[in-house]
Amino acid sequence: MTDVTSNSALFGYRVIEVASERCALAGKMLADMGAEVIVVEPPEGCETRLWEPFAGDVADRENSLHWWHYNTSKKSVALDLESELDAQRFAALVKTADVVIEAEPLGRLDALGLDWEQFHLTNQELIWTSITHHGRDGTDPPATDLTLLAEGGPVWSCGYDDHAIPPVRGGGNQAFHTACHYAVPSILAALMWRENSGKGQLIDVSLLNSSNATTEFATLWWLNGEQQVERQTGRHALPTMTEWTQIQCADGRWFNTGVPPRNKQEFRALRSWIEELELVDQCSPYEILKLGDQFERIGLLELDEDPLAGEVFQAGREAIEFLGQHLNAYDLFVGLQERGMACGIVYSPEEMIGDPHFVGRGFPEQIFYENRNTTHTHPGAPYRFSATPWSATRAPWLGEHQDLLNDLD
Amino acid sequence: MAMLNGQRKSMTSQKSQALDNIRICDFTGQLAGAGATKILAAFGAEVIRIEDPIQQGKWDILRGVPPWIGNARGLEAGGAFNNHNAGKLGITLNLRDSRAKELLRELVRVSDAVTENFASGVMERLGFGYEDLRSIREDIVYVSNNGFGATGPYAAFKSWGPIAQAVSGLTYTSGLPDLPPAGWGYSFMDHTGGYYMATAVLMALIHRQRTGQGQWVDLACIEAAGTLNGVATLDATVNQRPMRREGMPNSNRSQSPKMSPHGIWPTKGHDNWIAIAVRDDREWQILSQIIGETWSSEDRWTRIENRVQDEDELEELLTTWTLNHDRQELAQELINAGVPSAPVLKPQERIEYDQRTAELWVTVEHTEVGQCKVEGLPVRMSETPWSIARGAACLGEHNQYVFGELLGLSDEEIETLAAESVI
Repeated sequence: MTDVTSNSALFGYRVIEVASERCALAGKMLADMGAEVIVVEPPEGCETRLWEPFAGDVADRENSLHWWHYNTSKKSVALDLESELDAQRFAALVKTADVVIEAEPLGRLDALGLDWEQFHLTNQELIWTSITHHGRDGTDPPATDLTLLAEGGPVWSCGYDDHAIPPVRGGGNQAFHTACHYAVPSILAALMWRENSGKGQLIDVSLLNSSNATTEFATLWWLNGEQQVERQTGRHALPTMTEWTQIQCADGRWFNTGVPPRNKQEFRALRSWIEELELVDQCSPYEILKLGDQFERIGLLELDEDPLAGEVFQAGREAIEFLGQHLNAYDLFVGLQERGMACGIVYSPEEMIGDPHFVGRGFPEQIFYENRNTTHTHPGAPYRFSATPWSATRAPWLGEHQDLLNDLD
Repeated sequence: MAMLNGQRKSMTSQKSQALDNIRICDFTGQLAGAGATKILAAFGAEVIRIEDPIQQGKWDILRGVPPWIGNARGLEAGGAFNNHNAGKLGITLNLRDSRAKELLRELVRVSDAVTENFASGVMERLGFGYEDLRSIREDIVYVSNNGFGATGPYAAFKSWGPIAQAVSGLTYTSGLPDLPPAGWGYSFMDHTGGYYMATAVLMALIHRQRTGQGQWVDLACIEAAGTLNGVATLDATVNQRPMRREGMPNSNRSQSPKMSPHGIWPTKGHDNWIAIAVRDDREWQILSQIIGETWSSEDRWTRIENRVQDEDELEELLTTWTLNHDRQELAQELINAGVPSAPVLKPQERIEYDQRTAELWVTVEHTEVGQCKVEGLPVRMSETPWSIARGAACLGEHNQYVFGELLGLSDEEIETLAAESVI
């Protein structure tokens, strides 16, 4: 067993990441869990350093919030891979690495003599990860997050009941995220195998197929019955149009009702809350809710077969909509959840990170920026490890760790 | 090419070696949990999924419900269940019975990790919380995955994918101005929660492999989701610029990096759309030439600042042009010219006709239903290709192997336990 004195899960692994929007999250996930991730940037810096928004709206390569988010806990060296000297330095750096992650245009690294084929014969333990459009042997069309989500499936399922409105790209650059979400467990599995076999390998992650593998029912309804799902406002795309699950509450905020009450405990809880709020007289579905006492559990497939079940189920939906007209979204969310009903408030990102539960669990992560002599709040740990906690430091300045190159042969 | 041949071998039944020394004692279900252990099984782990014989495994709401696999119907014919559980073994344990609990203890003793996505607190009530598991096997890895996590004011709250998406900001940030949130038209966070769960299991196993130390990972889907809008969140915390402001969100546009035009436009035919992303002024010049109309060649559009300023107008003008085109032909023309573009593909088109995705759809053998298709992994691995050969296990299908071969019970003992509804 390795003598690992650090309390980081990935302590001691060195990862070289060729800076790119497409693979930055994979490097971040490994770095925040303790791997030494060295992001290799061109001398002028990764292009994402130039992207808005900037801290304080001051355009500067050290101020891009995109860079700040995706590069926590990493180290930066600047290398011009087109120059012979820096290419040699890159090659020397790769010799010290356990893992390389790159998402360069197909053929670029090979043309520079800096691809997997050039390294793996001399470093048989190397794990090389390419994130490509649809394979290292595929083509490389100009593509962005938007076009990948369009041709990869997610866009077809997202949008509104009114199909005259364009379908919608889900926000947050999720096509790149999803490829990284497949790259990371693949790298980890390769590391585990290497511990026993002593061998590295080549991992090739397809952006297109990552999105294709992340569409839930759009694919499942086609693979299992050749039915096409149709997009619907704020809820699952399905072969048939379903009823709303999203309501606007008294404070104007939106709310996801989840699956409405389906058993007698839930119907009773809903009724007693309406009574507590002294809203019985105004709540037209209230009387029908009483019939909910007859149901241990209403199956969703039984709604069409049992008229009473359908009527009671509908009354539950209407009662929640009624409560939404009288309550703020947050009060409806907490009130229903405390009464055992799964539902959710539709938060914006800034509301999410300020919510008492997120705060109570320590999700907002304070990261110190010594050049600004202040801390800023980042989204924190996606998971809580009891022995090897996630942790993050600020993203590196361009070439901040150039000294690492001095240690190379 | 060796790499390609290596991965393509995985489409046959050869098992991946990457995790072939790992055994997972698996309580997961639905997609957020089952999706995680499907990945581990594809990498070669022996995943033993445990179901309740009394409820016929129906804690998992996807068991025995549509979409049906072909013409099959019933408990084993749910297409989503089959997809998310392909490649795993299946056993039954009635944990109301003390004999089943003892069998579970024996299984934990020979497992590397325990995985579950019950509501918070269920495993403790069953007597198998982390401290209990640790007393059975000191170095066990335990990964729990539920919507709100194991601690905090909402620890008892319940969640599904759409709820995790709503609470974390993912629903709000997917939509168009002056309309309700469009959100994700599926459980994006069930998929993605599963990816984080698989990652958590592997990170913890690597740590154990190197140190001998096990641990508990408390995964809350809402927190995993809360990391996925990082730039917008930082804009709020650093610049005090909230996403809840006029004109936002507009997720078909691109704010970081700034691109324009950037969106989805209607084309010829019913519900046909094309996505176009113009990354810079040079690409606009190319597009404007392809459009070839008077308006597109006007100087006012040559600079991104101006295109962004009058983006509504530009989008309307583009609509008048795209409407007369076939989306596939137009996308190909733009790609050939170097402008990112893609048709919005419908399920049939991307699954049946897009040859680039062919290796993702895997034919597996289901014991009761026969041959059927499931999703594979969008990854090729040169030395340890993933493999999914078998469909989801039928209820209790591998009781004989697990309780007999693995735990050493006699056939007679297994028969008795089955007769007495312990397994």
